[in-house]
Amino acid sequence: MNNFKILMNGIVKENPTFVLLLGMCPTLGTTSSAINGMGMGLATMAVLVCSNIVISCIKNIVPDMVRIPSFIVVIASLVTILQMVMQAFVPGLYATLGLFIPLIVVNCLILGRAEAFAAKNGPVASMFDGIGMGLGFTIALTVLGGVREFLGTGKLFDIAILPEEYGMLLFVLAPGAFIALGFLIAIVNKLRNA
Amino acid sequence: MKKLESSLMNMVIVLTGVTVIAGALLGYVNELTKGPIAEANAKALSDAIALVVPGFDNNPAEAPETIELNGATYKIYKATKGGEFIGAAVESSANGFGGALNVLVGFDKDGNIIDYSLLSHAETPGLGSKAADWFKKGQKGDITGKNPGKGALVVSKDGGDVDAITASTITSRAFLNAVNNAYAAYSGQNVDGMSGATEQASATTETKTADCGNEPNSAACGTCDLHKKN
Repeated sequence: MNNFKILMNGIVKENPTFVLLLGMCPTLGTTSSAINGMGMGLATMAVLVCSNIVISCIKNIVPDMVRIPSFIVVIASLVTILQMVMQAFVPGLYATLGLFIPLIVVNCLILGRAEAFAAKNGPVASMFDGIGMGLGFTIALTVLGGVREFLGTGKLFDIAILPEEYGMLLFVLAPGAFIALGFLIAIVNKLRNA
Repeated sequence: MKKLESSLMNMVIVLTGVTVIAGALLGYVNELTKGPIAEANAKALSDAIALVVPGFDNNPAEAPETIELNGATYKIYKATKGGEFIGAAVESSANGFGGALNVLVGFDKDGNIIDYSLLSHAETPGLGSKAADWFKKGQKGDITGKNPGKGALVVSKDGGDVDAITASTITSRAFLNAVNNAYAAYSGQNVDGMSGATEQASATTETKTADCGNEPNSAACGTCDLHKKN
């Protein structure tokens, strides 16, 4: 598989949200608006790329039976470093995304890719897998956030399109996340099979 | 390189190695970012003070006065101009829907609210988080210019004259509580301090039962069981 194929595999063929159904908790919890979804997606992508590279470098020196605890330590350290660096040097961005960052540790997408890809492939291929999966996750979360924000408040990326009175509050709340995600998965599956 | 065998020795060495390296790296980054983080926080605070009590020429963030009132502590940042007292920014908090809600409220020397800034909160994004702008000048729940000394600020649902955030009455109550408490700390008077947001919410559940017949989200409704949210 060449690197471009690996990249597209993450975005389309094995999209982590719509096809693999990985990382559902942050997907449902943080997508109350398009910008929130995008922020969570990008933060996850940053961690995923770093963790994939590190794990594919250390895969041979970690015995199989302790690989999961080792990977978790790597991922949690990367997330904490990301959080501290963001807090120190981009406090504006941290104020918006800070809430989501600790959630990345428990995102099974990251451990899932570490297990399924990085532990079997080289660092370069793993980096492309991280970028592809990260982009796929970001796109999916942004779309889901956009749908929920538009139906819930009549806005898109904070720009008013319809008056707020027409918004269905349900879509900003948790049940709306399930409904919107269900419809999006159905649409994506239909398109993939067509 | 061949994969290491899962012998006890290898596992102990590798796990210890991984955690030691991770710990050392974290300590190093923490040391590196400690200064900038403290700086960024101090800057955020002084920016917030400049927003809520504009026009001072001293440095209010330098020497805050700490007041204890009913078990809660309030930080008061006094602003002066040419040596004359012009107002103060009061840091106050209350329990919102998702946890502590920290507000910095600016009062002029007569106790009128100049402006406020939400320092930190954990309210629902898209609902309670609207408190960051909702009560500002020109917005629906405008509280600027009001004086909590002439009557505590209360949401219209509880008989007051401040419009609560749509579908976030608990956040609104907590916010107004924080503002009222800030005023109490500022004026030194003793009022019932702790946040009663949750208490009031349960009281409302008992008293209001009927459906109001209004459309959900309409301004007129907000009291009946059917449309009560949060």
